[in-house]
Parts: sequence; C-alpha cells; structure tokens
Amino acid sequence: MQLYFELFISFFKIGLFGFGGGYAMLPLIRHEVAGAPHCWLSMVDFTDIVAISQITPGPVAINMATYVGYVVSGNIFGSILTTVGVCLPPLIIMLLIAKFYLKFRKNQYIEMAFSTLRPGILGLIAAAALSLMNVHNFVDKASLAIFAAVFVACLCRIHPIKLIIVSGIAGLLLY
Amino acid sequence: MHELWQLFRSFFRIGMFTLGGGYAMLPLIQNEVVDKRQWVDNKEFIELLALAQTSPGPMAVNAAVFVGYKRKSIVGSLVATLGITLPSFLIILIIAMYLVGFRENHYVESFFKGIRPAVVALIAAPLYSLGKAIKISWFGIVLAGSVATAIAFGGISPAIMVVAIALLGLAIGIIQKKRKAG
Repeated sequence: MQLYFELFISFFKIGLFGFGGGYAMLPLIRHEVAGAPHCWLSMVDFTDIVAISQITPGPVAINMATYVGYVVSGNIFGSILTTVGVCLPPLIIMLLIAKFYLKFRKNQYIEMAFSTLRPGILGLIAAAALSLMNVHNFVDKASLAIFAAVFVACLCRIHPIKLIIVSGIAGLLLY
Repeated sequence: MHELWQLFRSFFRIGMFTLGGGYAMLPLIQNEVVDKRQWVDNKEFIELLALAQTSPGPMAVNAAVFVGYKRKSIVGSLVATLGITLPSFLIILIIAMYLVGFRENHYVESFFKGIRPAVVALIAAPLYSLGKAIKISWFGIVLAGSVATAIAFGGISPAIMVVAIALLGLAIGIIQKKRKAG
C-alpha cells in the first residue's frame, strides 16, 4: 500500500514542478524515479525508457509515468495511479489559468503582456526545432532530404500524420 | 454530447500520432483544433501556448485542458485530457508488459530513423503560418530570434523566458500609455 502511495506522490510532484514540458521535465523525473530515496530504476533502465518514450507516441511524462508505474508495482493499477498523478496538477492549474484568461482576456494589461508573448512563443518553438537539429536526429544526407521535403510539404498543408508515415516508410527503404 | 465525443476523438488522435512530446506535438494539435475543428483560431492558439508554458506538466495536456474548457467547461477538459493520455498509456502498458526488447528490432529502428528529421521539420514549418496569423512585426521577429537563441544556445528555462517576455510587454505597454497621457 505504501508503495502505491509513494508512486502517486512522486508523479504528482513531477506533474506539479515539471515546467516546460517534454524533455525539460527529464531531470526532475530522473531525480524522482532513479535517485534516492526510491531508486526504482537504474540509470540504464532510465535511459532505455527515455528512448522508448522517443519512439512511442504521446507526451514523454505520461509515457514515463505509465512505464514506471507498471514496472515498479508489477500491475496495471500502479500505472493508472502514476499516470493520474502526473496529469492531476497540470489539469487543476491549467483549468484555473483558462478560466482566468477567458474572463480577463480583454483587460489592457493582459493584452500588453500578450503583445510580446505572441512573437516570443514563436521563438520558443524555433528553439525546440534548433535543439533537435543534432547528430542523433540527422544521421546522414538522406535525413536532410527528408527534413526539407517534409518542411515544404507541411507548408503546402499536407497532413502531419501522412508525412510521419511516409517518412517512416522512407526510413525503412533507406536504412 | 456530440462535441464531447469530437473532443475525445481529436485529442486521442493527437496523442496517438505524435512522437517525442513537447513542441513535436504542435503541428498536429494545430491541425486538429485550429484547421479542422476551428475550436480556437491561430491567434488564440499562440496565446494558449504561452499559457501552457506558465502551467507545469506536459504541454499537450495543458492544451487539451484549455481547448476542452473553452468548448465544454470542466467536463470538456476532463474528456480532452483523457483522450490525449489514453494512447500513450495503452501503448506503453503493452510495451512494459510484453515488448521490452522491441527497440532493438532493425525495422523499428529504420522506421524511426526516417521519422526523426521529419519531426524536426514539422516543428519548424508552422512558424510561418503562425507568424502570419499574428501579423508579426520586425520587432517581433527580432524578439523571437533572441528568445530562440537564448533558449537553444544559452540554456535558459522556457518557463522563466515566458515570464520575462510578459513583463517586457507590460513595461512597453505602460511606457507607451504614459507617453500618450503626458
């Protein structure tokens, strides 16, 4: 019983303090699941599950929660607890933010803040793309060709799911 | 009832077909909630991303909560959150139970070698349509460029960056207001 409680609390903490989403949450997750006092996973296990998260769909934090919950407790109930735990804080906080925003969006000070936030967020997106342009994602010239083709196709409004599947098939044929 | 089902289905699709989490999920979220369903427009979409940055947790969950709440209040946000979570939950559960070694499979690895650069392109491409939607100024382009550089190469936390950008906007707004008054 105590194990389930600790699992829930750990992932609730990850959901509560994991700002930035995605890979920005990884250091915190590592601290909770592979660090003292829990040491639920070894560092090798942890790296493996990060890799699995990269090649399975959905948010990394959810993948991590489901996997650790199952592996540590040995049953589905454990993974339900961890997944609910990691979702609960953002759910509550974002509900409050959405409520506040939809009520006060016409406020002049909110509008002032958003006048720089709108272009600023584009910078955040660009940063995400830049940080992924590494040797892990771009292994050879074919990677660059896939990148360019998908970039153009996306501007031509071809559906992202189709582009993902076609790129995967290209990978199968190429490698 | 019909719209709740649509919320669930749209966010289930987003959860099902996005790799890597974070901004890698952005083009598909934009495609579903802006282009296809028109639940929010492009301008609101950017504002939603800014708000999502100030809330902890996965960005996709925050996006689901926001869009769900805007359309169908609290029930809507619960349904959308369930939709975005369920695909990862089910897939990871199956992997954890049966397929621990599947990453070493040669075909799986080749498939993903093709996908990875595509994911980067899918993150970068919406910058164009979003920039057009907010009628970005030269000042905005310089600001976005500086933000991208500071985060990608300076290692500054996106959450702190968002707060700083909001304060900058407030400061500029208040100075302009005082000038007009004076």
